[in-house]
Amino acid sequence: MKMIDIALPKGRLGEKVYDMFEAAGFSCPSIREENRKLIFENEELGLRFFWVKPSDVAIYVERGAADIGVAGKDILLEYQPDVYELLDLNIGKCRMAVAAAKGFRDNSDAPLRVATKFSRIAEEFYAKKCREIDIIHLNGSIEIAPILNLSDVIVDIVETGKTLYENNLEPIETIVPISARLISNKASYQFKNETIEKIKAGLAGQVRNTKND
Amino acid sequence: MQIDPKVLKKDEEIAYKLRSLYRRFGYSQYTMSKFEEYSLYAKNKDFLISDAIISFTDTHGRLMALKPDVTLSIVNNSQDAAGHVQKMYYDENVYRLPKGAHSFKEIKQTGLECIGDITCLEVCEVIMLALRSLESISDEYIFEISHVGLLEALLDEAALPHKAEKRVLSCIISKNTGELEQIFEELNLCEEKKARLEVFFRNFQSFAEALEAFGKVCTGEESAKALSEFETVLNFISSTSFAKHTKVNFSLTNNMNYYSGIAFRGYISGVPTGILSGGQYDNLMRKMGRKARAVGFAVYLDALKRLGGDDREYDVDIILLAGDDIAVAIRAAETLSFDNTSVRICSEIPQDITYRQVLSIAGKGAK
Repeated sequence: MKMIDIALPKGRLGEKVYDMFEAAGFSCPSIREENRKLIFENEELGLRFFWVKPSDVAIYVERGAADIGVAGKDILLEYQPDVYELLDLNIGKCRMAVAAAKGFRDNSDAPLRVATKFSRIAEEFYAKKCREIDIIHLNGSIEIAPILNLSDVIVDIVETGKTLYENNLEPIETIVPISARLISNKASYQFKNETIEKIKAGLAGQVRNTKND
Repeated sequence: MQIDPKVLKKDEEIAYKLRSLYRRFGYSQYTMSKFEEYSLYAKNKDFLISDAIISFTDTHGRLMALKPDVTLSIVNNSQDAAGHVQKMYYDENVYRLPKGAHSFKEIKQTGLECIGDITCLEVCEVIMLALRSLESISDEYIFEISHVGLLEALLDEAALPHKAEKRVLSCIISKNTGELEQIFEELNLCEEKKARLEVFFRNFQSFAEALEAFGKVCTGEESAKALSEFETVLNFISSTSFAKHTKVNFSLTNNMNYYSGIAFRGYISGVPTGILSGGQYDNLMRKMGRKARAVGFAVYLDALKRLGGDDREYDVDIILLAGDDIAVAIRAAETLSFDNTSVRICSEIPQDITYRQVLSIAGKGAK
């Protein structure tokens, strides 16, 4: 039997995703053991799970090191990997938003300075509005950019908005809602189609159950 | 001298096989210059896989480009004459910026183009050669086929607002049924229109199933005409041994500005990306002011470099320790290497290589 390699995002979201796989009948008991291993196999079911950094899941899948994986919509929009987006898992829900200091007014006679980890999403969003911007690419602690006058606004993921409010910022516009997606390598989708479709159907059942709860 | 297959890398071996295949079917080799005028590519940037081009000014002050593509050059040098069909194959290096990379790469590409008064005969022949190309690389291959005209006609008949049409197309390419449902909800589409679009997301198990499903939704003149063309091609594939490797899949369809009619993509087990892609590109011909029609495909040989891995058990078969007589040592090496056995002459055993056996020259011969 051909193994199916599944890349899961390390962390809380990945654990929730694994719970869905397990409930759908695609389990791998060794993954529950307390250790620092990153790869887990269930030979009987032909499944191999591995934990990777959430932002790397799409790379593993696009390059075929994993047949399928679970990645956030933010990563798919930003890096646009050449993969199939098979299912919205309806978990890890948040939104990509523009945020600014409370009371901020856009001074449209100068380019808007936008600090973000998600340069492509920000560029496309403002290009649609025909608004000239100056992208400042940062890798973390985006919230302090407007406070220190490095930028006018930020584009970032907002879950509850708590970090923004604690830093005197507020969301001013939603760009796109975000959630976790089941993705597949395009070649694997053809060569392992039956198993991938079974997993997709099993997870879709889990999504329906959660919606009905 | 016979070519020792052991010295050929996988991509080189396949390139030889493909050139021989295309020549046997009457295609002649097209050899192009490394450089072409930049304007040819600049005008058709959307057609290129990557729009970054290496450019420079030549000694006459003309802006030139290191070729990022072969098809545009072949089209540029082809003729428009009634009843005339040109059949060409190529084996060239192109220079591209791979997605996500920061530096250019030289990429080996082989393929063929058939340009002129193209009929269904030429389209089916090109499809057969694409399938044979995949078959010559591996027994485990999948050929995906779609019809851009059919997609275009059904999208037109669904009469969606422009932005929504673009979103639907992007859903088809990424098989994103979740977002499709969201679009249906936002537009409050009727069941008939939904059916026209949902058909592109189906995972068809056979050609008959696909044709039946499309038959139900192709009620307009354009879509019925496109479906009839598609049916002819699928019937041809059904009559060959390639049918079990072929799947109808509309998610491979992109760049409708250039492609028309049949579009296809090929996969080999063990290679994570498509290694063959092609189809009819009449729209590109129109954009370049040409009357002729065209069909062709490219095989991305660089994707095959890692296929099969390195199966060499040893760096060298024989380590031959030479004695004092140089002539004897070299003669012995020549004799031993006669049947493609690899022989390395040296004075002492090297530390950094693996070998099958060690022989040493003692007196007047090897022992």
